[in-house]
Parts: sequence; structure tokens; C-alpha cells
Amino acid sequence: MSTRLFGQKVQRVEDQRFLRGHGRYVDDVLAGRDVLHAAVLRSPHAHARIVGIDVSGVLDVEGVHLVWTHDDLAGPMAEPLPLLIPHPQLTHGRTQFALAKDEVNYVGEAIAFVVADDRYLAEDAVGRIRVEYAFLPPVVGLEAARAAEHLTHEDVPGNVAARLEQENGDARAAIDAAPHSLSLDLTIERSASTPLEGRGTVARWDPDIGRLTLWTSTQSSTGVRAAVATKLGLDLSQVDVLTPDVGGGFGVKINHPWPEEVLVPLAARTLDRAVKFTEDRREHFISAAHERGQIHQVEVGFDDDGRILGLDVRFWHDNGAYTPYGLILPIITSTQLLGPYKPGAYHVVFESLYTNTVMVTPYRGAGRPQGCYVMERTMDAIAAALGKDRTEVRAVNFIQPDEFPYDHGLIFQDGREYEYDSGDYPASLHKLKDLVGWDEFPAFREEMEREGRRVGIGLACYVEGTGVGPYEGAHVHIETSGKVKVATGLTTQGQGHATVFAQIVADALGVPFDRVEVVTGDTRRMPYAVGTFASRAAVMSGSAIHLAALRAREKVLKIAAEALEAAEDDLEIVDGVVSVRGTPGSAASIDLGTVAVLSNPLRYAFDEASKAATQFSVGDPGKPPVPEDDEPGLEGRDFYSPQRSTFASGMHAVIVETDPATAEIRILKYAVVHDCGRLINPMIVEGQIQGGVAQGVAGALLERMAYDENGQLLNASFMDFLMPYVTEVPERIDIDHLETPSPLNPLGIKGAGEAGVIPGAAVFASAIEDAEGFPIRAMPISPSDLFELRRIHAEENR
Amino acid sequence: MTEELVDIRLTVNGVGRELRVPARRLLSDALRQHLALTGTHVGCEHGVCGSCTVLMDGRPVRACLIFAVSAVDSEITTVEGLTEADGSPEGRLSPVQQAFAECHGLQCGFCTPGFLTTITAGLRDNPEPSEEEARGMVGGNLCRCTGYANIVKSVLRASEIARERV
Repeated sequence: MSTRLFGQKVQRVEDQRFLRGHGRYVDDVLAGRDVLHAAVLRSPHAHARIVGIDVSGVLDVEGVHLVWTHDDLAGPMAEPLPLLIPHPQLTHGRTQFALAKDEVNYVGEAIAFVVADDRYLAEDAVGRIRVEYAFLPPVVGLEAARAAEHLTHEDVPGNVAARLEQENGDARAAIDAAPHSLSLDLTIERSASTPLEGRGTVARWDPDIGRLTLWTSTQSSTGVRAAVATKLGLDLSQVDVLTPDVGGGFGVKINHPWPEEVLVPLAARTLDRAVKFTEDRREHFISAAHERGQIHQVEVGFDDDGRILGLDVRFWHDNGAYTPYGLILPIITSTQLLGPYKPGAYHVVFESLYTNTVMVTPYRGAGRPQGCYVMERTMDAIAAALGKDRTEVRAVNFIQPDEFPYDHGLIFQDGREYEYDSGDYPASLHKLKDLVGWDEFPAFREEMEREGRRVGIGLACYVEGTGVGPYEGAHVHIETSGKVKVATGLTTQGQGHATVFAQIVADALGVPFDRVEVVTGDTRRMPYAVGTFASRAAVMSGSAIHLAALRAREKVLKIAAEALEAAEDDLEIVDGVVSVRGTPGSAASIDLGTVAVLSNPLRYAFDEASKAATQFSVGDPGKPPVPEDDEPGLEGRDFYSPQRSTFASGMHAVIVETDPATAEIRILKYAVVHDCGRLINPMIVEGQIQGGVAQGVAGALLERMAYDENGQLLNASFMDFLMPYVTEVPERIDIDHLETPSPLNPLGIKGAGEAGVIPGAAVFASAIEDAEGFPIRAMPISPSDLFELRRIHAEENR
Repeated sequence: MTEELVDIRLTVNGVGRELRVPARRLLSDALRQHLALTGTHVGCEHGVCGSCTVLMDGRPVRACLIFAVSAVDSEITTVEGLTEADGSPEGRLSPVQQAFAECHGLQCGFCTPGFLTTITAGLRDNPEPSEEEARGMVGGNLCRCTGYANIVKSVLRASEIARERV
């Protein structure tokens, strides 16, 4: 008897190849075989006009095949790269060229492209290119961008790419009429996704069939396919994009096409040789993408219980030099900021500003960590002003379980109503208080104080819109061998899709788990897909795969019913065998492989299943072998397209110890309560949370992009960018789950990928403030920052 | 300008190999490009992340910080060489590999080969580490996916499996 796999801690099938060193990442494709290697000349200056480029002598280097600058590009390749997500309020959207034309706007911008026999020679050749620059004043940081003394793009007044305002109720009037009010200035710095594998692309042109094969480390294979076809002037049907194993994405690989993703295939076609580009670590820091840098001003009016009557937020978003990803990030901050709360009235306005720094596209959490930080800092400030417990102030502002669906009266990132589908925030808070020991903390603090130790506790709550549309699709094919081949178009970067999707199919079809094989991110197998971002893969492709598997099941039962001369309703599928319910193992049974043979009237007896099928007779001799409403083959295909996003939620709490002398910050306890609806595989969900928390810790205490005033990124290496090792993360994370099913999809699931990272800055600010007794208004915070804050605070109180 | 090529001989996963490489070729690139042993991953090329860690005469080293010519006559073990012979063509997972599978010690898998080689050497020197020692064992390798908790668990579980298999 098959047991249901949904909800089980099933071990990952993909691990076998990863653990044996047989993973296939993009740089592994064609390794040791005939492939040329690309290198890119990148701007060493943050803002300059290109006066001239001298490439003479480059092709003299033995083994160099090609050198291109913008002058060598033509047609669509010479045009700016696409602005993926336009918005009416993005009045001054700008994107870069594949190779810079006339001007560079950040250190790292691609200027020239070289292809050689190997990467060593390609870098030698890059070193021979001479560029003459005329320097322009760089705009670095949000203060410089707002001051607009200098402009990043001379045709963008005030450095303002966009301004967007949303309102629900009259926040101004509500604040003015409120018994209490507060204002806060809150900043948060840049960080970046920083996957261990950088970007990479391999392309091979096949002149015999006029077809391009492209492997790329992306979060959207279908997006890259369409972009490459457009740029190279090919029909979509001439381009296949395969996403191999991806060594981490965390958002940065959703932006596309990167310059190299169009230059590599063009070079492959031009040279009629396979070409590979593999980004190195420094390149990743200065030419991929960053996120998070924002400054916020909050005004809030509240009553004696801490209930928010009016909330007014203005903020400035540093979008870097270009806006290929539109306004998604600040829109998410401006909406998801509300978290589990229902302010009486809300007004938000933001400006998205250009700076001469690496462009900004989503990094895990995508605008939510900033929003959560702003809202939770506000909650703590209200509690402090009223002398109330911080959990009580949150509790009075929660949307209640009987208020779902809850419409915030705003427009979300997907252009749909910002309406929460389900949740139970009071229950989550209750669990969190128990898990972290909230009520016992004052006694713990006293005990620590007696030992001369300083501790603080903090909490942060968030709601995460997950599973954004528009759709994902799936194809389920039962082969005559009885194996089930499943394809979905979105990509995989370590989430264990091959396992969780196989769990769903095994349940829906009644087949053994190990007979199911899942392929993701291959446009040959599923050409319609969106991508893996916004915690959407389990919700979107999980649902689509479930639906497609049910369609395949329908067909199985129809054919089996005819073959077994039984009613469909009387049949069941167990361990890949269809039989009359309650008579497993009886002669009146048929395995799925045989059903697959029967589904195809062309029945050469190639294998055992085909031979076995000859004992059954199906089909009406009075009709064509394939009836009008049918197709040969045992397949199911379906798409899932939800009305709107489904909203997961969670709450984190942390107890920190701050060293009274050195200001070192230690984590004593970290607790997570998480609600992502029904869990497909709790082991994988907890892995996602643990990894997310590590990135949250990193963003709160360690990581920042250290730009100097000239726009040079001073910490563009793993020596200087403080990515956490095992020694910097909590030794243990206590996790508790709440399962509030989503009513929006057949499996009741919500996304889980980004959850762990969202409350990072907020929860640490809360705990450090609690330990220190003065407000924390800027994150991340290092021991040096805290030391300096203590000094300033001591001076102010003298 | 032609690069001078050097003939070197080394043993990789128990097999003698002869290579002709430019003097500046990194060991990581020689393994990946010349021998197509792509299990060794390159994450930073400056010796910090540990993804490219291989065992050189039994000691964990960063293959991105060593020239291939410096590895002449040495015995290299890469992730592909960690499995144990059990008569099957693919071999069975070593205790460390098996522990990672059981404890969900990996997600994207990119940093994993460096952890596996590092821990293999670590457990050889200290077969029964405490949790604190397990942390120390993996303290020089970066992982962006897991948050390390399950990697530390994997070290402790690998120690158990090794004892179970004796």
C-alpha cells in the first residue's frame, strides 16, 4: 500500500549526484571538450564618458578569436537591454547596453568582450585593450542621489527614476487627530545574494539544424530564451535554453538577460564554436546586482493601546545605475511593510533613485526585509512611548483570523489587489512567546545582570506574498516502462524540486516515488514558464504538477477501465498498478506501463510492457484508432494560474548578548514560528528557514557594500565582504510550524523560500535596542557601529 | 607569444595521470578542464570559500591556490574519489556523503564537494568529534544555502556511520 508522501521528510533524490561530484553546473558543461572561453573588460570607473577604445593588438595574442566593443554590435544587439517590468510611474527607466555605448555608469559595467582558447588567454587579451575615459562626477549613496548636485544620467532630472504613491484612507488626518504620534528615520544598507556559484553561460550553435543551445545559470530559462531570440534575430523555435544545476540564486539570477547571456550565443554563432563565460568572484560583486539600500521616514499616530490610527511612510530606494527590473522592489516594500497589521489609514510614497553603483534587482526577501524593519521598528517605538510590552502592541494591531480574506485597499507587485488569503497571527505570536521564553525573559535578564552580562530580546513579525502569478505549467508523461517523466519550466537552485514535485506526482498517480523523474528549466520540455523567484515554485509548479498528474490519472483510469472491463470509479492505482478496488494483486490488474502501451495504437512490441498489452483489447473498432477527442500517449498537461498571491507569515525572536566592553554581539537563542500552509516536505522547508535565517543574520550584523565616494566597491572579495561562516550563525534555531492552508490552490500550500531572511534586520534591531536602552535606527550594525552609538548616546546624556 | 607547456605526472583518485599544462594553470582548472573532474567547484578563486578543496597527499588544500605544476607527483583525492568500492559500478557513498544525504546537509550542492573533502580529512584525524569540534572542522568553508546547522549535524552523523560500518 502506498503511503501518502505529501508531508513526509523524504530524502532528496538529487543529492546522489551532488554528493558523488556528478552535479552538472553551467561551468561543467563541455568541460574538457571543445569550447572557447570569454572574458569581459569592465569599467574601472563609476562614471565616465568613453572617449575611445583601442583594441589593436588584441587579436595578435595567439589563441584569441574575437574582440568586440559596442561598435561591433548591430541591430537589436546594439540597443539597450530590455526593461523587463515597465510601470507607468517608472517615468525615467534606463537599462544598460550589452557593451557600454559612450558612457559607463558603474564600476564593473561591461565595455568589451573577448573570446579565446581559454580563460587565461582571454584575460591576457582583455589586459591589452586601452580605453580613454573623460571622468564625470559619480553619484554614490542615497544622500548624494537625493541632493542631485550631480546626475547619474544627464537626462534624468533629480536622479529620480520613479515616484509612486499609494493611500488607503486619510493617513495625514488620522495622525493629526491621534492621541499620540511619533516620527522615525530608518536606514538600511546594501547587501547582495552572493550565491557560491556566480553567473555563467554556455552556447553552441548547430549550423546543420540552424538551432542554438544555451545553458545558463538562471532563475528563468524561458525569459532568457525569449531575450536571446529577440537579440539575435532568431525565431523562438531556434533557441533551446537548458538550466543545468544552479549553485544558488537567491534572486540575482532572475534578472535577465545579462550582457553575457546575449554576447556568448552571438559569439558562438559567429565563430561556429561553443563558447563559455564563467563569472569570477570579483566580477560577481561588481557586475551582478545588489539590493536593500533604502532610507525611510515614518510618521505614525496611535491610541492609548498602541493601535495604529494613521501611518505615513516616505522612502527612497537606491536602484543603482539602471532599472532592468522596474519598480518591483520598492513596490514590495511599500505594501509588505504592513505585515500582519491593519493600520486605520495608510499613506506611502517612494522615489526610486539612480546612483553610479551596481544595479539593484531582487535578493531573497526582495524589499520585504526593509518593509518589515520599518514596521517593526515602529511597533517597538510605539511600545516604548506607551511603556507597554512589545508583544501587546503588536497583538492589538493584528488582522484577526476571522477577517480573512483581508483587503488592504492597495495594489501589490503583481498588479493585483493586495488581499491576504489566510493566516492566524495571534496563534503564531502565542507560539513564538512560548518558544523563545518571552515571559521568562525579565528573570533571565536579571540573572545575567548579576553576572555583569548585558542581554536583550527582540521580535519581528512579517507576512510574505508568495506564489505570484501569472502561471506555471507541467507535463506528466507515463512511459511504457512505467516510469513517469515530469517537466515543469521553472528552474531549480537547491530547493529540492526533483524531490518535492516527485512526492506530489507519486501521491496523485499512485506510483512509487523512485519511478518519478522531474526535469526543470528545460525549454524543450516545457516552453511556457515564468521562473523561480518570490517563493513561488512550490505553489505554482507544485499545483500545476498536481493538476497535470490528475489529468494523466484520468486517462489511466479510462483506458484501464476498458481493458479490465470495470467501472472507472471501482479502480485504484497502488504502486503503479491499476486494479479493482479492494483486490490488489488479483489477475484483474494492469500496470501503468501496459496502460501506456494501450494508449498508443501504434503498438510494436519493443518491450515486455508491449507484449503484455496484447492480452487487452481497447478502442472501439467502429471509430478511428485515435478518437477525435483524444491523443495518443499517456500524458497529462495543465497550467496553474491563481487569482492572486497567497500570503505566508511568520515571526522570529532572538535573544542577544552585547559585550559591555567590546560591543560584540552574540546570539544566545533564535526562535522561528513559520506558517507556509501545508508542508510538502518539512525537512526541506526547515532547511530553507535555516538558510534564510543565516542570510538574515548576515544582513543584520555583517554584510554591507562598502562603496567609497568615487564609487569603488572596497570589499569586492570574500576576504572583505563578511559572509557568515558556521561561527557567525546561531548554533541552534528553534522552529515551530503553524499550518494555515491557502484556499487559493489545490494543495493548500504557500511559499517558504524567502521567509527566513525577511525579519533579520528587524529582529536584531529590536533585541539590540532592548539590550542597550537606546534606539537603533540604522542596520546592519557591527560591533564598531554599536560602540560608536554607545559613545554618542553617553555624550548626549552627559 | 606561445605559452610554455610543462609535462606533469600525478595520481588522482588512485589513477596515475599525465598532463601537459601551462605553468600558470591552477590545479582546480587542471582537474576540471584537463581531466573533466568537474566535481571540484570554483567559488571564489582566492582561497576563501573552500568549494575547491581537494585532498593532496591526504591534506585538505584549496585547489584554486595551487598551480597544477606544484602538484607534481602528489596524490590528489577529489569528491569523485570519496565513494567506497562495494562491487557496484558507482560505489557506495562514504560515511560523510551518506550523512549529508540523511541530514539534508546540502541544498544547491555547489559548496558541498569542499565540505565533503574537508570533513573526510577532519574525521580521519578526529573520528569522534564533539559538536564544538565539528563546528571547528567546517569553520573554514562557506555555504550560502544551509545556514550550516545541518552540515554540523552531518559531521556528527558521519562519525556515527563510520563506527556503524566497522
